[in-house]
Amino acid sequence: MADPTQMFTGLGDVPAPVVEEAAAPADGGGFFRRLVDGLAKSSKALTGQIQQIAFDPDDSEAWERLEEALLLADCGVPATVEIIGRLERRAAAGGLAPGADLAPALAEEIADMLAGAEARIDVAERPTVILMVGVNGTGKTTTVGKLAEHLRRVGLSVVVAAADTFRAAADEQLEAWARRADADFVGSAHGQDPAAVAYDGIEAAVARGRDVVLVDTAGRLQTQVGLMDELAKIRRVIAGRLEGAPHETLLVIDATTGQNGLVQARQFSAATPLTGIVLTKLDGTAKGGIALAIAHELGVPIKLIGVGETLDDLRPFDADSFARALLGLDAA
Amino acid sequence: MLDSLSDRLSETLGDLRSRGRLSEEDVNAAVREIRLALLEADVNFDVVKQFTATVKERALGAEVSESLTPGQEVVKIVHEELTRLMGEGTQRLALKGSPAVILVCGLQGSGKTTTCGKLARLIAQQGKRPALVACDVYRPAAIQQLVTVGGQADVPVYERGADADPVEIATWGIEQAKQEGRDVVIVDTAGRLTVDTDMMAELVRVRDAVRPSDTLLVLDAMTGQDAVNTAQAFQEAIDFDGLILTKLDGDARGGAALSVRAITGVPIKVITTGEKLDQVEEFHPDRLASRILGMGDVLSLIEKAEQLVDKEQAEELERKIRKAEFGLDDMLDQLRSIRKMGSLSSVLGMLPGMGKQLKNANVDDAQLDRVEAIILSMTPEERRDPRIINGQRRARIAAGSGRSVTEVNALLKQHQQMKKMMKGMVGGKGKLPKLPPGMELPPELKG
Repeated sequence: MADPTQMFTGLGDVPAPVVEEAAAPADGGGFFRRLVDGLAKSSKALTGQIQQIAFDPDDSEAWERLEEALLLADCGVPATVEIIGRLERRAAAGGLAPGADLAPALAEEIADMLAGAEARIDVAERPTVILMVGVNGTGKTTTVGKLAEHLRRVGLSVVVAAADTFRAAADEQLEAWARRADADFVGSAHGQDPAAVAYDGIEAAVARGRDVVLVDTAGRLQTQVGLMDELAKIRRVIAGRLEGAPHETLLVIDATTGQNGLVQARQFSAATPLTGIVLTKLDGTAKGGIALAIAHELGVPIKLIGVGETLDDLRPFDADSFARALLGLDAA
Repeated sequence: MLDSLSDRLSETLGDLRSRGRLSEEDVNAAVREIRLALLEADVNFDVVKQFTATVKERALGAEVSESLTPGQEVVKIVHEELTRLMGEGTQRLALKGSPAVILVCGLQGSGKTTTCGKLARLIAQQGKRPALVACDVYRPAAIQQLVTVGGQADVPVYERGADADPVEIATWGIEQAKQEGRDVVIVDTAGRLTVDTDMMAELVRVRDAVRPSDTLLVLDAMTGQDAVNTAQAFQEAIDFDGLILTKLDGDARGGAALSVRAITGVPIKVITTGEKLDQVEEFHPDRLASRILGMGDVLSLIEKAEQLVDKEQAEELERKIRKAEFGLDDMLDQLRSIRKMGSLSSVLGMLPGMGKQLKNANVDDAQLDRVEAIILSMTPEERRDPRIINGQRRARIAAGSGRSVTEVNALLKQHQQMKKMMKGMVGGKGKLPKLPPGMELPPELKG
């Protein structure tokens, strides 16, 4: 299992993590292995991908294949143009030798495009409040559940606040996760004011001396103005209860999302400033290139990725693996 | 919001009304724009390639009708080709067998469970007796969600908890349905990734056990390039025969649906447009073609308007305006009947040519919420006769609605103007304007 502390910053002198080693994943190879396995299983996914590692900057077809791979990965036209422009400048400066592996160069450019921002979740404050937002069905509740478990593993105590008071049975889903992660659960009645639930979550954490509050919110489409206003209100109430909170506001994006992801991100960041992106469902055939486009446009880092249903499948973002997956390349 | 293709093409090709044929140069420029627009709408890269080749072939040497600009001519060709690609007409569910079985499958988070509830309600409305079967034993609380949704739709939900095997639950559920005289059974399954071979195999077993007349793949309208991989994998595994496109109430263009239709040949049967159970509609290919192109969706708008604008209410309003009795309550009614059609920006988005206008029109749905809040904070007497609203009342209304006194003042002024404008219009026998306050019409829609 990956070191759970890699996901967070600001851990300070938290007592040594009480980690009982989880069973090693059967495939052993981790995130990248899974991606490659996924691709291998679905041969169709490889259509049009760059299959060879060697990249010749003097070959215009190689550039076309690169463009195609990036577009097929949902990077979108503007981000694709940006990446290709960067690599072209690199090639012009002699930084791309013919036949060289493109992935490290791409990974560097991607890391650079993401402004080199700290891609860890900062949990230095007491309590740290983490707000999860996103459209319907991206995996917010599941991510909150997994994050709670990771926090427990690094020795932090957690309150989970179920501010999704709308979707049928969202509360029960989160409570099941909270139980698994041994976290305190602040529930809600259907239709209750979600801002009040967030408030109660912070109250509970302060009163009981818990370290982190995870606030799950209802999925909402960015076109639903009332719900976007509600999100802004949740944020205001959190900030009103605890100065400096929410310390992290994470936009959860499904890797299958297409170009509408950009519109989503703009609207969500208008309602509540974002500090990072969680890119979920990367274990399927989708590459999640839209997260790159979003992170670039908003100047926020991709902090976590989800590569499967188990707890260990929530991981810190790694530009190199991401770049390789975008290109459909095998692990080095 | 993205530029609509029509706007882009008019920009590229100019608005000059040229007679004769489209030149190769025109066509190449147009094809570049079409390619960009389709990629931004999430149409699959390979589909875009084929599609632009077809359009290019047709457009080269095409006659430009006298009434159209070259840009419009190309848009017409693109729209026709898109509609053709999307399939002919509206396709219904088969619903064969007793009971008829609908198997609903898809990726995680695409909206299967909510869609099952909507289908159940829709089918019940058609006079049938549907039932739901809960086979998602994996996601925590998925069964509870279906039970809740079933309760809202007033349809029984057969479930055996999360420890039973999905194949057994499905088989048992259909037996239950037979015993209870249900004629349609909707089987909700867990979300699964196509690379998860065990889960895909399970789906095949469920399918073989229940032998559905309709196997439906649920696809999120926001899906990107990967939609094609997903659909092909599901097609190979269970050969689904209909698509359900969800979350079309957002502003995603839904190009993925076009790709899936083009590559699998399976028709889109149903679309869903919101979290409420009645937000489900039949699919019209030409309308999605328009949406992908950003060309507006006049037909849908007209249909919605017909459904939702209460005729009596309209007549009552006309009478009031003639007598200059248009009060704030009437303003609220107007506002609400417009809003019933959807968010204001989505309603306007359905009007052709509005894509571009919207950027400047500053249409803000939130503002309508505020207007509503302010009016609702007034007493009936105040709404009837706003002249009695003095400073003290204004302060009370502002406090009650959580808005500022300035906003209350602005609203009262708007109402005054609207009343005046309406009085002016009633002089003729023209139709009443069905527009909410605070909304500036672009010049071409005025008059």
